[in-house]
Amino acid sequence: MEEELNEEYYKNERKTEWRDKLRKEIKAKERTDISRIKMPEADPNVRNKSNLEVNKGLTLEMALAESHRCLDCAVPTCIVGCPVGTNIPKFIKYLEAGDVLGAAEVLKENNSLPAICGRVCPQEIQCEAQCFYVKKLSKEGAAIGHLERFVADYAREHGPTTIPALAEPNGIKMAVIGSGPAGLTVAGELAKFGYDVTVFEALHDLGGVLKYGIPEFRLPKSIVDYEINTIKNMGVKFITNFIVGKTATIDDLKEEGFVAFFIASGAGLPNFMNIPGENYSGIQSANEFLTRVNLMGGADANFDTPVHTGKNVVVVGGGNTAMDSVRTAKRMGAERAIIMYRRSMEEMPARGEEIKHAIEEGIEFINLASPIEYFADERGKVNKMRVQKMELGEPDASGRRRPVVIEGSEYDIDVDSVVIAVGVSPNPIVQQSMPELEITKWNTIKVDGNMMTSIPGLFAGGDIVRGGATVILAMGDGRKAASGMHAYVQADVFAKI
Amino acid sequence: MFKIIEKKFLSENVARLVIEAPYIAKSRRAGHFIILRIDKNGERIPLTISDADVEKGTISLIVQRVGVSSHKLCAMNAGDFILDVVGPLGKATHISNVGTVLCAGGGVGVAPLFPIVQAMKLAGNRVITIIAARNKDLVILENEMAEYSDELIVMTDDGSKGTKGLVTQGMEEVILREKVNEAIVIGPAIMMKFAALTTKKYDIPTMASLNTIMVDGTGMCGACRVSVGGKTEFVCVDGPEFDAHKVNFDEMLSRLGAYKDKESENYSEYVKSCEATSLN
Repeated sequence: MEEELNEEYYKNERKTEWRDKLRKEIKAKERTDISRIKMPEADPNVRNKSNLEVNKGLTLEMALAESHRCLDCAVPTCIVGCPVGTNIPKFIKYLEAGDVLGAAEVLKENNSLPAICGRVCPQEIQCEAQCFYVKKLSKEGAAIGHLERFVADYAREHGPTTIPALAEPNGIKMAVIGSGPAGLTVAGELAKFGYDVTVFEALHDLGGVLKYGIPEFRLPKSIVDYEINTIKNMGVKFITNFIVGKTATIDDLKEEGFVAFFIASGAGLPNFMNIPGENYSGIQSANEFLTRVNLMGGADANFDTPVHTGKNVVVVGGGNTAMDSVRTAKRMGAERAIIMYRRSMEEMPARGEEIKHAIEEGIEFINLASPIEYFADERGKVNKMRVQKMELGEPDASGRRRPVVIEGSEYDIDVDSVVIAVGVSPNPIVQQSMPELEITKWNTIKVDGNMMTSIPGLFAGGDIVRGGATVILAMGDGRKAASGMHAYVQADVFAKI
Repeated sequence: MFKIIEKKFLSENVARLVIEAPYIAKSRRAGHFIILRIDKNGERIPLTISDADVEKGTISLIVQRVGVSSHKLCAMNAGDFILDVVGPLGKATHISNVGTVLCAGGGVGVAPLFPIVQAMKLAGNRVITIIAARNKDLVILENEMAEYSDELIVMTDDGSKGTKGLVTQGMEEVILREKVNEAIVIGPAIMMKFAALTTKKYDIPTMASLNTIMVDGTGMCGACRVSVGGKTEFVCVDGPEFDAHKVNFDEMLSRLGAYKDKESENYSEYVKSCEATSLN
């Protein structure tokens, strides 16, 4: 979507002898007759009581079978659907040829976190939505995400620990603020250019939303750590417990020799609904709930951090964060783990796969309903919520049908705890420390086409620019910003010669 | 890893820890706090910076034993390391010369009050400080406070030191005696609630520094939220200081008790494990 397709480049690669031969080995008709591989999944009634990864990953046989479906199209539209421009047919054909490690190298060309993207990217609205099968044959697209995950996992488990080729170190210091997907991507790309990169992280652990937000059953922490280690092995330095704008300012870091900066501090300010009783204890943001469980070990008796759950847990919202929260509550023993969403199932912004998994795991859905007030016991702990029913009206600006209140439809639900997952706003800390930085009316940071902010040398990307978006869009920003920073610093260096 | 340089008990249950944290020492201002995590299984707890030494690169924290984390922290000694310390967090106190400032601290709230007293004095104010505690053993930072206060009033609930009575009585006496332009109150939520009611009677602008439950301390989780003038604010990024006359202290008190059951459960487990260790 973001990157222009360089058709000549892809055409020339496609013309290489081995790919030509591979294409001709199986007729297109035979390829399109193969049905899409199904991702093996852990048993819903086992996994909803544990942290087992839900998607178990493809076997080599399954991955090879799926690779045969890819037609290696003359115009690979799938690539246009990828925010980081992964050369999809090339990696799939390496896989089909039996060279899994070669396929992994292809993934690494444009994506420093393939095992993560293979798991959490919404491929169904990106690469796979642009697949020839979907566009022209009205069939299910090639399972690009599953294959990406397979290749990245295989390389991690079987391949040598390699790092991408790096340019000669140039000694120029670059700072990255935040170690989430945008920050990690920029750090990796800048290291490839030969820069001396330091990543500053506010929390005590690296990975940002990949650690505190996405649960273990969807993205094992060991995989995130492996990818971060690769970036460490590329020479990138990481400093935890360091809040740029607080511990030291950007000006302080300039004095320490940093010449360009990338702000990727994320969308870390949870939205609440501002309804009566919302500050009773037992009502928490999804960020708080997930951080207590994922980052602080709140569900594990060996850790000191407590977390609210209970028999009846309601999660308000219909996005991926809401699904992560409700499925986490279920795993912590909730008898009723409920999603409450103000529109219907069809408008739900969460990925289809997450909704499917949630239903299988016994999550209840109360759609077309929204809380209007909370009630508490004598100690101020929430015990009941008042809900109003909704119906769908005319489409709103987002194109989705607007929920309209049904008057007189209120009813009460007993709850032990409530999780509010109705979106996030940009984290204010960096902006507060730099009043001259231009921001939008949504408090996101303004950037130009190269991701540079209103202050020269200061770049930004990910949720701090977009509001709440996805891992892969943050990574796309990171790639673009790294090129922008490289161009900026090179121009600066030449200007001084 | 952050090294403990010095540790000293100020009273039976209150210890001062001096910790090596050069960046924080340099950046911190009065009113700022830090968040620390003792070890990999620990929780993240907020503590106000009570003092700092830029040259030595150290910050001072004052901690009262109440639960598992504070007990563990008080059991640590010079030479030990705290796994994570991050800060300075929150907005710094707005310091200006307003005339006469009444600073009232209750219990361990005297610790975060100290840097404010110091800064208010250095800004040229007449500073009257009241430090209140249940009894004489719990009075802390008396000498430090005296050094930066034009007048220091010590009050204890049982009269074992200074004047017998509650902090609000001491405040009212001062207010009736002379013109007070601004008040700052820090202490247990219940103390701040009544201190705020006292100054409200006399229309004295009053700031309270809130010590709510936090996780990240950077605005990310909202655990610290409080109602101020009917609007939800985050103590970590919008505070920790707010107009004391607008804070909903009852809501804050109930939110502070949010994990009480689990905390006391954890605490008795901890005490048992300590006893088991000492028996061996």
